Amino acid sequence: MVGARREAQEHRRAREFEAFTAGAAGRLLHAATLLTGDPAEGERLLVAALARTYADWFRMRGEDPYVHTREELATRFAHHAWHYRRPRGGLLDRLAPQERLVLVLRLYEGVAEEQAAAQLGLPAERLRTVYLRAMATMRSRA
Amino acid sequence: MTDAVSGRLPDRKEAEVRRMLEIPHPPVPADLAERAIAHGRRLVRRRLLLRRTLWALLLAAVVAVAIWAAMDWPTPAPLNVTPPLESW
Repeated sequence: MVGARREAQEHRRAREFEAFTAGAAGRLLHAATLLTGDPAEGERLLVAALARTYADWFRMRGEDPYVHTREELATRFAHHAWHYRRPRGGLLDRLAPQERLVLVLRLYEGVAEEQAAAQLGLPAERLRTVYLRAMATMRSRA
Repeated sequence: MTDAVSGRLPDRKEAEVRRMLEIPHPPVPADLAERAIAHGRRLVRRRLLLRRTLWALLLAAVVAVAIWAAMDWPTPAPLNVTPPLESW
């Protein structure tokens, strides 16, 4: 009884999750690869973040799964920033991990300054400084 | 030039860097969703196990307290006997 209901629920979760991933994975993978620099690392980061979204699927209560996954992605990346500190190639390899994160959130994902600051636990002024520095580095690329 | 008050870059510069980020997306591996689901299922199972363990511990604690209380409950002093006189 309980087992059958749980099974049906798991089936529904997998179906809805697959539909979501089919639409969102491309953009999220690009963001993850911009962060890590290395495509394989980006993929690993994204799979871990998506797994959390899958596990939280029925707890999100109307929250956008895309936003949930992006937040998880950013949190994981920030938490393991030391792991990504060395440049690994990619477009943003001249930026520090934090600069990469701020640039991707603000510019690529279009997250508002206050939201990004709150999510990363930084004062808004600090976030703005990091953003401007990242921008300047990117524009000085030969 | 950076606007010092709002700290915002002119749109032109933002657009320039944004264009740099718009490189072709890496191809999404066909088994990405499958791997995420497998990983996610492990998380769900782990949470379920943790929840069950905590409930079992709580139940065990309640039963233990009940048994201890039942065995150690003091018998009330008989009502029809005068309590011994204590010094006062």
